[in-house]
Amino acid sequence: MTEYDVINTRAPRLDAPDKATGRAKYIDDLRMPGMLFGALLQSPLPHAKILNIDISEAKRLPGVKSVVTAEDAGSIRYGVSPARYDETMFCKEKVRYVGDEIAAVAAVDLETALKAVSLIKVDYAELPAVFTPEEAMAEGAPVIHEDYPRNLCAEVHQEFGDVEAAFKECDLIRTDTFKNKRQDGAFLEPNGCVADYNHLGYLTLHTSTQVPHYVQRTVAMVMGLPVGKVRVIKPYVGGGFGPKAAANPMELAACLLSMKTGKPVKMNYDRDQVFLFSRGRHQFIHILTTGVKKDGTLMALKNECYLEGGAYASFGIATVYYAGSLLGGPYKLPNMKYDGYRVYTNRPACGAQRGHGGVAARAAWEQQLDVIAEELGMDPIELRLKNMMSAGDVTCNDLNMSSLGMKECIEAVRDGSGWHEKRGKIPKGKGIGMACGFFVSGAGYPIYRSDTYHSTVTVKLSEDGGTVHVYTGSAEIGQGSDTTMAMIAAEALGVPLDHVSISSGDTEFGVDLGAYSSRQTLMTGHATKMAAESVKAQVLEVLSGALDVPKEEMDIKKGRIVFKRGTPDFEPIRTRYIKEHRGWKDQPAGDDLTFREAARIAYLAKGTIVGTGKYRPGELGGKFKGAAVGTSPAYGCSAQVVQVSVDMETGKVTVDRMTDAHDCGFAINRTSVEAQMEGSLSMGLGEAMFEEVKFDDRGRILNANLGEYKIPTALDMPPIDAIIVESNEPNGPFGAKEVGEGAIMPTIPAILNAVYNATGVRIWELPLTPERVYMALKKKKNGA
Amino acid sequence: MKRLIRLNVNDKIYEIAVEPNRTLADVIREEIGLTGTKKGCEVGECGTCTVILDGKTVNSCLVLAVQADGKTILTIEGLETDQGLHPIQQSFVEKGAVQCGFCTSGMILSAKSLLDQNPDADEKEIRSAISGNLCRCTGYQKIVEAIASVKDRGPIS
Repeated sequence: MTEYDVINTRAPRLDAPDKATGRAKYIDDLRMPGMLFGALLQSPLPHAKILNIDISEAKRLPGVKSVVTAEDAGSIRYGVSPARYDETMFCKEKVRYVGDEIAAVAAVDLETALKAVSLIKVDYAELPAVFTPEEAMAEGAPVIHEDYPRNLCAEVHQEFGDVEAAFKECDLIRTDTFKNKRQDGAFLEPNGCVADYNHLGYLTLHTSTQVPHYVQRTVAMVMGLPVGKVRVIKPYVGGGFGPKAAANPMELAACLLSMKTGKPVKMNYDRDQVFLFSRGRHQFIHILTTGVKKDGTLMALKNECYLEGGAYASFGIATVYYAGSLLGGPYKLPNMKYDGYRVYTNRPACGAQRGHGGVAARAAWEQQLDVIAEELGMDPIELRLKNMMSAGDVTCNDLNMSSLGMKECIEAVRDGSGWHEKRGKIPKGKGIGMACGFFVSGAGYPIYRSDTYHSTVTVKLSEDGGTVHVYTGSAEIGQGSDTTMAMIAAEALGVPLDHVSISSGDTEFGVDLGAYSSRQTLMTGHATKMAAESVKAQVLEVLSGALDVPKEEMDIKKGRIVFKRGTPDFEPIRTRYIKEHRGWKDQPAGDDLTFREAARIAYLAKGTIVGTGKYRPGELGGKFKGAAVGTSPAYGCSAQVVQVSVDMETGKVTVDRMTDAHDCGFAINRTSVEAQMEGSLSMGLGEAMFEEVKFDDRGRILNANLGEYKIPTALDMPPIDAIIVESNEPNGPFGAKEVGEGAIMPTIPAILNAVYNATGVRIWELPLTPERVYMALKKKKNGA
Repeated sequence: MKRLIRLNVNDKIYEIAVEPNRTLADVIREEIGLTGTKKGCEVGECGTCTVILDGKTVNSCLVLAVQADGKTILTIEGLETDQGLHPIQQSFVEKGAVQCGFCTSGMILSAKSLLDQNPDADEKEIRSAISGNLCRCTGYQKIVEAIASVKDRGPIS
């Protein structure tokens, strides 16, 4: 039992009844009177000069209302990081990948819009294309963006401590190369939007996004409108996982078409286009060299990494930093050197995806740690515990583990999985492996350089006193943030959850940077708590005057006023309330003064009661170049044990059981924390086992559909034992921190380590297709 | 040429003139206005548009509306009754089986179809029955638990 009434429970999600009955509205469910339908013309070539665009025939097609190209859109550059604004709404001089946007059409219906798109004639002069980092960085390779020779979008060179000196003191040094594959977010809901420009010059964009605030800024910049005249509203969103965390060209095209036509314009990506837009997980090539002493003490890590970035930067600068900076923890690692290269290629741009930048690095290193443990003759858990940081430790790159329940997580999965009973004692072909991970609880800085608050929240009481309205720009995309914020508001104010209604995902509710980098429980949670506490203080202040009781002697709990020194006579307040609500049902009765009565008195005294809250992290991290990436007010951490069966004849891997423990600081909603862990595990399992976006030699995606791009089904997922560990994070609201992304970190390496335990072969390239595993088994059998 | 078809959707008769190439998913969503049926891939791979057609689950994006002429269709909106949520819906809400919710309609209908035929379905049968309904959020764990716990409540009405 905790001291809390609302949080740390298993409250059902507030949006679940709407979603379970089909009432919940998603972007494609939106219709507006007079609405037009938009479609995009996208490049069929990976790299080509545009010689001429002829839209005359498309414009003549009956039903077509507008055809726009770069001529209309202008050349305002945008992107994610201001240092790499390398996108324009439409291509002007050249196209850089199959799918690059060239033009858009608005018409009375989708069929007409698509027909019109097919009537646009583009003359191209094809250019040589590059598809891999090796090709792109080669001497004399074609350059994709003029300003970036050798196609180097971003490079990072960092060293903390002295790696070479440390290697000299090591008893064992190992170098391994690890490669993952490009992943797709594969959220179930394709991106869509409806742009609506009205007669007063206000533009409203309804869109399936994780970041209404960033989309608002990008739209305003590209359209040349004041930010205050652009409103972005997010309906229910069917998953994001990172790729919905920035404005996309479709949203911008819909806005332009709506401004041109004065009508609402609806656009959707079909599933192919979702794959083409991409912005998912990069392919990483990590070359890791780790040195240890013979007692297992970690001494140094050298990490060289290449990212296949695609045609635009997107989140890439942050990604390439994250791929290095997040290996500092959760281990005591005194010396670390990182050289990272993010390379442009003529493929769809990669961006951020769950566990941004850190997933492949973690997979590589946690497997290498297992190899080292074996070479030293240590149990992998023993090696990890020996080197693990604890709360208060700071990594060599200045990340502060203000709380860290890592040891508890390891012990929980060790005991929960039966590690000691199984490890080395189960038959050949079956294996058990473990791994650890950690992740930020919100990026320390906004994507654009600014001192803006990361979150602002307003709590307003209904004037009858009965309901607490929470308004936030934060983005519920399925992770459960609306319910979390409502629970935090209820707890902070002292009312039951059913007194709270939440409205979110609208830029008119204030600044909130959105659902990315696992920020919302900590950051929006702080702002929500503060706003609710402000409302509480205002109500108690009025009550104090009305009852002549010092406000320090009162509190609000479970929707009732608690008096520390005996209940005063509140009959006049109750009489007044009842008089004003004559004839109403559920009039207050009983011996306690209700919050509703108190809130009504407060309204009568002061008018509408509004509390505001805000949050921005304090000073974080070091002063070195790139220090901003990887800093966070808190770090979540996790450990995982996975059991697998491998068919030694065919190489087919089956995951039989997953035991996962995650330190979320403090669980606001226990069910939601487990749900985030389980979801992370399934994404990690998919990426380990089957996920890979494949291309032909002309830069076209071969499996741009959910049949051939395989994500886990219910039959691929084993039972999951999700164990919540709580460490009381000092920088989190009520002690809470992240769970949404960090939970994916140990999954892939735990599977890899289990496969080794089952087979005696190490696989250094994902995914674990039967063919890849079979070939490794065969090679081992032949003594190679 | 449009053709007049007659659909019984959630116990209500609709007579609609449809183009022969329109899918049942589009007609349910756009002509009838029941947007609880979702479209995630439009080629029968994700299961978000699952409806129950004459007692069997189908991907409504793979059925032409004219093929459904004269047939009885249950969509997610048809499950809730005057008494409130259907027990499967209630179980999904209580067990935390809903996250982004985009797969939820199809998932619940696949679960209903299973439990109608096999109220004692075990975990393997549950996983098999929903294997055509992709979910990227939940890892399926809480969905399977939700469906399994409905079973304990006795026969489904």
